[in-house]
Amino acid sequence: MFRLSDAFARARTGHRAAFIAYLCAGDPDFDTSLAACRALLTSGVDVLELGVPFSDPLADGPTNQLAAQRALASGMTTARVFELVRRFREFSNVPVVFYTYYNLVFCNGVDDYVRAARAAGVDGLLILDLPPEEAGEFSTACRAHGVGTVFIVAPTTPAARIAKIAEVATGFIYYVSREGVTGTHDQIAGNIPEAVARIRAHTQLPVAVGFGISSRAQVAHVAAHADGVVVGSALVNCIRDHLGAPEKITARLAEVAAELALGTKRAG
Amino acid sequence: MSTPAVPARDSLPDAAGHFGLYGGVYVPETLMTALQELEAAYLQARQDPAFQQELRHHLKEFAGRPTELYFASRLTEHCGGAKIFLKREDLLHTGAHKINNALAQALLAQRMGKKRIIAETGAGQHGVATAAACAKFGLECVIYMGAHDMERQALNVFRMQLLGAEVRSVAAGQQTLKEAINEAMRDWVTNVRSTHYILGTAYGAHPYPMMVRDFHRVIGLEAKEQMIAREGRLPDELVACVGGGSNAIGLFFEFLEEPSVRMFGVEAGGHGIRRGEHAARFAGGRLGVLQGCKTFILQDADGQIELTHSVSAGLDYAAVGPEHAFYRDRGRIEFAYATDDEVLATFQLCSRLEGIIPALESTHALVHGMKRAKALAKDRIVIVNLSGRGDKDVQQVAKILGHQT
Repeated sequence: MFRLSDAFARARTGHRAAFIAYLCAGDPDFDTSLAACRALLTSGVDVLELGVPFSDPLADGPTNQLAAQRALASGMTTARVFELVRRFREFSNVPVVFYTYYNLVFCNGVDDYVRAARAAGVDGLLILDLPPEEAGEFSTACRAHGVGTVFIVAPTTPAARIAKIAEVATGFIYYVSREGVTGTHDQIAGNIPEAVARIRAHTQLPVAVGFGISSRAQVAHVAAHADGVVVGSALVNCIRDHLGAPEKITARLAEVAAELALGTKRAG
Repeated sequence: MSTPAVPARDSLPDAAGHFGLYGGVYVPETLMTALQELEAAYLQARQDPAFQQELRHHLKEFAGRPTELYFASRLTEHCGGAKIFLKREDLLHTGAHKINNALAQALLAQRMGKKRIIAETGAGQHGVATAAACAKFGLECVIYMGAHDMERQALNVFRMQLLGAEVRSVAAGQQTLKEAINEAMRDWVTNVRSTHYILGTAYGAHPYPMMVRDFHRVIGLEAKEQMIAREGRLPDELVACVGGGSNAIGLFFEFLEEPSVRMFGVEAGGHGIRRGEHAARFAGGRLGVLQGCKTFILQDADGQIELTHSVSAGLDYAAVGPEHAFYRDRGRIEFAYATDDEVLATFQLCSRLEGIIPALESTHALVHGMKRAKALAKDRIVIVNLSGRGDKDVQQVAKILGHQT
């Protein structure tokens, strides 16, 4: 968990927003996915957000749905996802946050899952379909095992709920910049500065912004206000576009990520 | 371990939407405020005599309530045991009990100022009911339906389109009800401010299981009154099919506190209880969280949701309504399943003996209801909820049985 707070602190010291890069664990297969994660490291990624493939990803758009299908088809299991993190830890100290759905965490015991995640080298957990109202058992387990919790604030979240969410989050707050599912958009959502300010009124935790951010200009716009910028579908698309030539995936990812990372630097 | 006590039925769910261990609210944050607004609007409407009166009016004049409690004399004779009564929800407008809930939620959406309606559908009955309610109230209507279900329920697709709804095909996964719900949830997350999601069964995040149950309670209220008027006593057993479980909880609720009445929910046994070949959650599932609530779910060792199969699209779903899981733990509602083969045989038998073509979903209840009737003495009474009519299934059954159409 210290890896996570350190990553945000380092970015702040460097006058930039933390670059949070999303990939689906095991997309399109274990070895390519591990190589893809490694490729991101060369491009200034501060936090690796790993989507844990789930059969029913109801908060995800087509890009991430298909990535999860590819990963599951290649044989990813809970054990293999943890193994991927262990292998990543052999060469990197970049914090890893899981982006997942509650059934995968819940079905065999929340405490066991969180302990195993910690042991594998996971620093934080974000569960898409777990609001704070239902998060008691999860928060207890994360506290016990030193794993950070990440909770979402949406444009539809009123102030009173932001306070409630800020109380249970320990890693960072993830502001979903638009109503909708994950995916790239030409137009970035408006009002991000106001939203980030509303959240900061309730918490000292870093505030990251994601959903629909896919260009350097969009990254720069968000980075001017938020502590972290999440880019997902734009990176996942690098994998999708090279399924016929997987040897090209790492180079393309490194290139795209490096370009996006330039946007995280704040002016002045 | 002793069976936990059965609490007062009206105490459930609790304020947070829990039926004991089950239920709750497991959705993306973007939907939380909408669900809380929906709960507040529903609780207010529930107390409002004007809303209730308007709903009763539409249920009578548009949907055709009350429905008959019909004595199935030839099925009774065929079984040679208890008297079999059919609660004729199949006679409702649009062909199934689904209209009770669709009308009520459409009224509620109007009250909330939402002009756009989305819904999922499996067999198409909920989609048709929602499309009809939207046409009646002048609401925009989008129905999500799995591509596989669109194929096997083609007639209902065209009915929805005739009623002015847009039917969107869902090609993900196994292309049935679960995927349609995922896609409806994605739409709702994207359009939450303008849109109300008319969920079609007693499932999902709070307040849906409670609200949908309440809108179907009329089934049990009528059945109880009709039975007492006709036979001067309560029935001995109730049988209903359970996909999400809305027609079942609608019939059962009024009898939960009548200890002499046994209740059976009947799940889809498909080809038999083997992985991926059935939808009997209580026979092959375990505790999990899917599409909004905690309940019994067909899943693999890691928690990935398993494929399901049933000849009936409406029961072909990997999870079961949380209130059913709660009452099953307490032994108050018992569960059984019927296989595709049993269902196809009884579908034909009921048609021939009673002149009633039942929906394949409801036929699951009939299969078990007939087993119960055979096991009981002639002075006993079994009510089977005939939740829908089988017109929509005729083409599919003809194909399965090898008839040329």
